[in-house]
Amino acid sequence: MLWQQLVNGLTLGAIYTLLALSFSIVMGILGILNLAIAELFMIGGYFGFTLIAANFPLPVAVLGGMAGAAIAAMLIEKIGYQPLRGAPVVTPMLSTLGFSIILQNVATNFWGSDPLQLPDEYLGRQYTVGPVNIGQMQLIVVGATIVLVTLVAYTVQRTTIGRALRAVAENREVSRLLGVSADRLTLFAFALSGALAGVAGVLIALHYGAITPYLGVEIGLKAVAVMVIGGTTNIWGALLAGPLIGVVEVLTVAYGGSQVRDFVVYGFMILILLLRPQGLLGGARSDQGQRV
Amino acid sequence: MSAPLLQLTEVTKSFGGIHALSAVTSGVPEGKIVGIIGPNGAGKTTLFNVITGAYRADSGAVRLNGAALNGLPSHRIAREGIARTFQNIRLFPSMTVWEHLLVVQPHGEAWWRRLLPVGWGDPAAQVRAEEVMEFFGLTDLRDRPAKSLPYGLQRRVEMARALTARPKLLLLDEPVAGMNHDEAEEVRQLMLKLRATGLTILLIEHDMNFVMRLCDYLYVLDFGVLIAEGTPSEVRTNSRVLDAYLGKDE
Repeated sequence: MLWQQLVNGLTLGAIYTLLALSFSIVMGILGILNLAIAELFMIGGYFGFTLIAANFPLPVAVLGGMAGAAIAAMLIEKIGYQPLRGAPVVTPMLSTLGFSIILQNVATNFWGSDPLQLPDEYLGRQYTVGPVNIGQMQLIVVGATIVLVTLVAYTVQRTTIGRALRAVAENREVSRLLGVSADRLTLFAFALSGALAGVAGVLIALHYGAITPYLGVEIGLKAVAVMVIGGTTNIWGALLAGPLIGVVEVLTVAYGGSQVRDFVVYGFMILILLLRPQGLLGGARSDQGQRV
Repeated sequence: MSAPLLQLTEVTKSFGGIHALSAVTSGVPEGKIVGIIGPNGAGKTTLFNVITGAYRADSGAVRLNGAALNGLPSHRIAREGIARTFQNIRLFPSMTVWEHLLVVQPHGEAWWRRLLPVGWGDPAAQVRAEEVMEFFGLTDLRDRPAKSLPYGLQRRVEMARALTARPKLLLLDEPVAGMNHDEAEEVRQLMLKLRATGLTILLIEHDMNFVMRLCDYLYVLDFGVLIAEGTPSEVRTNSRVLDAYLGKDE
């Protein structure tokens, strides 16, 4: 029983990790919380779901969810962030809140407010390993997460564009004076962040076999807690905090009841804010340079 | 003298009611080291900020090789060939010395190449980074976090970083502030070597001994107004300059 919960928790945790990375990439570079990410996650899920329902193969659905959410994220950057860049940080944040509500509204009108179910044959096989049942979809979720996290780490740490991204995150003005186009990198950061949210959305739809327009509020926003717990100044904190929160949440539901689930997750976030504001993996305030 | 590399014409910049720069006209000839001196608050750093596009001049023109720079965003001005350092050193906290030298990348590079590992990019960028690192004596410190280095070396990393893009004009904001005499002398020698390679340097500095021995030409700013210009020996004996300095706490 416990092992089964751990497997389920890690699957959920994988999705939290992707989403928390998505929040962190924008947070790290611009210092703003893009609240629309939770809804990009939901929209990405619907894009993927629609493609699956139209009998496209799974990889196409995953890529479609990714691309759709990335494009939506770039539109948000162009319309809702860039014109407000000079304003205090709360202003663009409010604009992303506006976008998140609009996206939810669009989804409700377009796909309806009732949950959509994946066809049964899509739930895939179950593998039994000792006392644990692992669904094929769970393996896909965890596998895809490992691949994507590796790709993001490679992009941020090793590539030219990643180095430019880190430079802009650490000092936007100096980077520009070195010839780095900070505006284009900001757009790239939004797109990368949106792509991760979109994939996470498709994966959660596969995991649950269903999707609703309230996915963003119910699951997406929890990634903010995951990001805070991992450390907003260190995007890799999500790798620890994602699985941790996933497991804690599943165990809470199993042994404490689902009514206290969010209480535990958000309570943990508040506790971290009070006791260790830099998060589990965040460095001291003095060397919070590396944010991306 | 041929047309200067950098030409400022009647550059004016105000903040609220304060005239940080009043109709400043000056030229920086190619291959020379030109200094800007003046008491604190004279508008020297503001002038740098206008040249690099961090501030937009209220009026007047900034031209590099005859091409107007006004209104261009900072990164475009950098690509036109102007690089700078800062009065308060601004390094990237997480990066090693070597990483600092590869932030600047060839601008014409195809977008997909930017997704390759840094080492697989344009080899010219690597070669340039090696070259600059050696010139500033940083080779042994290559993998050290730049922020962990002593102050004088941090200044060198900043200069090296500015030079990786092969600028035509290097702006130095107090390059020897906080350095002892020997360190300042080393920097002076490096500047002379850079001038010999054809680089043009415009610098702000308070260390008069350093300025007088290094610069080919000087401009003196006081309260945003250019009050004097000339060779170091001309400026040294200029009565308006003496007034500006002696009238203050310097």
